[in-house]
Amino acid sequence: MTPWYQDPVQFIAEWLRGVLLGWGMPPSGVELVLTVLGAGTIALLAMLWVVFLIWYERKLIGRIQDRFGPNRVGPWGIFQPIADMLKIFTKEYITPEGVDRVPYNLAPILAVASVLLIWAVIPFTMTVMGVNLNVGIVYIIASGGLGVLGIILAGWSSNNKYALLGGFRAVAQLVSYEVPMVVSLLIPVILAGSLGVNDIVMAQRIPYLLSAPVAALIFFITSMAETGRSPFDLTEAESEIVAGFNIEYSGLKFGMFYVAEFLHAFTVSLLFATLFLGGWRGPLAEQVPLLGFVYLVVKTFVVYFVVILFRGSLPRFRIDQMMDLNWKLLTPLALVSLVVSALVAKPLEEMPLAQTLALLVSNGIVLILFIEGTGKKVQRKREIVGKPRPLAVPHPEEQQPAQSTGG
Amino acid sequence: MTGLQIAFLAIAAVTLASAVLVVSSRKIMHAALWLVLALGGIAALFATLEASFFAAVQVMVYIGAIAILIIFSVMLTRRVMEDTGPQNTRYWPAALVVSLGVFGGILFLFLQWPGFSVESRPGLEQGDLLVRFGQALVSPDEFVVPFEVASILLVAAMIGAMIIARDPSRK
Repeated sequence: MTPWYQDPVQFIAEWLRGVLLGWGMPPSGVELVLTVLGAGTIALLAMLWVVFLIWYERKLIGRIQDRFGPNRVGPWGIFQPIADMLKIFTKEYITPEGVDRVPYNLAPILAVASVLLIWAVIPFTMTVMGVNLNVGIVYIIASGGLGVLGIILAGWSSNNKYALLGGFRAVAQLVSYEVPMVVSLLIPVILAGSLGVNDIVMAQRIPYLLSAPVAALIFFITSMAETGRSPFDLTEAESEIVAGFNIEYSGLKFGMFYVAEFLHAFTVSLLFATLFLGGWRGPLAEQVPLLGFVYLVVKTFVVYFVVILFRGSLPRFRIDQMMDLNWKLLTPLALVSLVVSALVAKPLEEMPLAQTLALLVSNGIVLILFIEGTGKKVQRKREIVGKPRPLAVPHPEEQQPAQSTGG
Repeated sequence: MTGLQIAFLAIAAVTLASAVLVVSSRKIMHAALWLVLALGGIAALFATLEASFFAAVQVMVYIGAIAILIIFSVMLTRRVMEDTGPQNTRYWPAALVVSLGVFGGILFLFLQWPGFSVESRPGLEQGDLLVRFGQALVSPDEFVVPFEVASILLVAAMIGAMIIARDPSRK
């Protein structure tokens, strides 16, 4: 048995199991208690973690935009989200006229639940994970589908045209981007030979970022789109549809959508780190499970940093550009790279190093060919319908002095 | 009665009740949402049978894709909020006879099957079953022909949908 400081979670679980068995509880009852406790702990920690994430993201976005970010409550403003959280607890729930009550109240719950469900299958260390589901990847995709349902319910039940428009946009975007995401997730599955998330981590002696860079890129872009954040935040484009699907929500119900968005962004970073950067793997991670957790957090924050950089620096897509990117570039690229990876990986299965090299080279070739061959073609230029007609032109007489000084 | 049986009965009751509500709700949007619950109940039944792959695929395909598409098309339908007119047609006794006949036929066939009354064995090797299932789908001795036929059918349906949706005036 490893010392407690190397694997605290297992240590506590073993201790609790011993105590409960000592009280004369049947073994199946003990397992049930431990499972419920574990699930509750993961869900609670994930929700509390959002408090930190909100501060981190606001601070970083502030720096990107040459501001300080939150800096009043506590050192570096670190308690700002706690103050915000307490404020949102006290706010009134306003239910507008004509909403469909049950779907209206169910939608925020579904939005958070669909993200929290993913946490059940992520291996945090070699030994600590919710369940080692042998269909983990399919499960992750399925829980994403529930999130779409939450947004559609929010958009429809609010009885508001902007909410409905936001819901339409969200569904069009999420359902479309699910296609290349699923295909790109199949590549690590093929390389690892398993659908289980922990098996995929176990198989990554060399991180799959090197074996499947194209899949990693597609997964990164599509998962950004799935979170519905900038540059893919057409679902809540303030300048066009006010606030999108969550416009009629107030108080903690809006807070649930807010939490779901931030948690989703972190969760996809976690997934990326798990599936493409080797998860908890690292030197000595198998002897000292706690180290694996540290590695996973570091890798996740590297990815999360890039996610926030994207959000802070890229403008929003137009809806046709968003669809063009998905259907004309990402989907064919994902399909081609799936076929190429399968063909290259199979004959070199015995030699991991040669396999990785061959996959890296073939992926690079596919990417270059795609961008050279189709990238230019699929960019759609807006048709010019007429000459620009400025609303106001300077009066010719007033222009005279400006010209004379200019000359 | 074991916990599993209670769970089965509860899930089956929820599934059946929501299936009835699918056809009896006045608002078509509510019918679509009850359909989601009914399909989710079936996924839960798969989960209690330890068929986690089918449970996940059920949620992914039926809730994540098909139910969403149904809701989408319902939302685009005109006058979804109007709930006038009778919900039954004149022919409902005939439909009852047909559906009872089909149910009886399926039940009869299942009763013939020797495995029907055997209790399920818990703790099957899930991982092996999944591998076995995948190999059976592509093995020439087993299901490769139906599998490929189904794939070709789906591709044909997809191409057909694209051709129908195409604007005929555009070349």
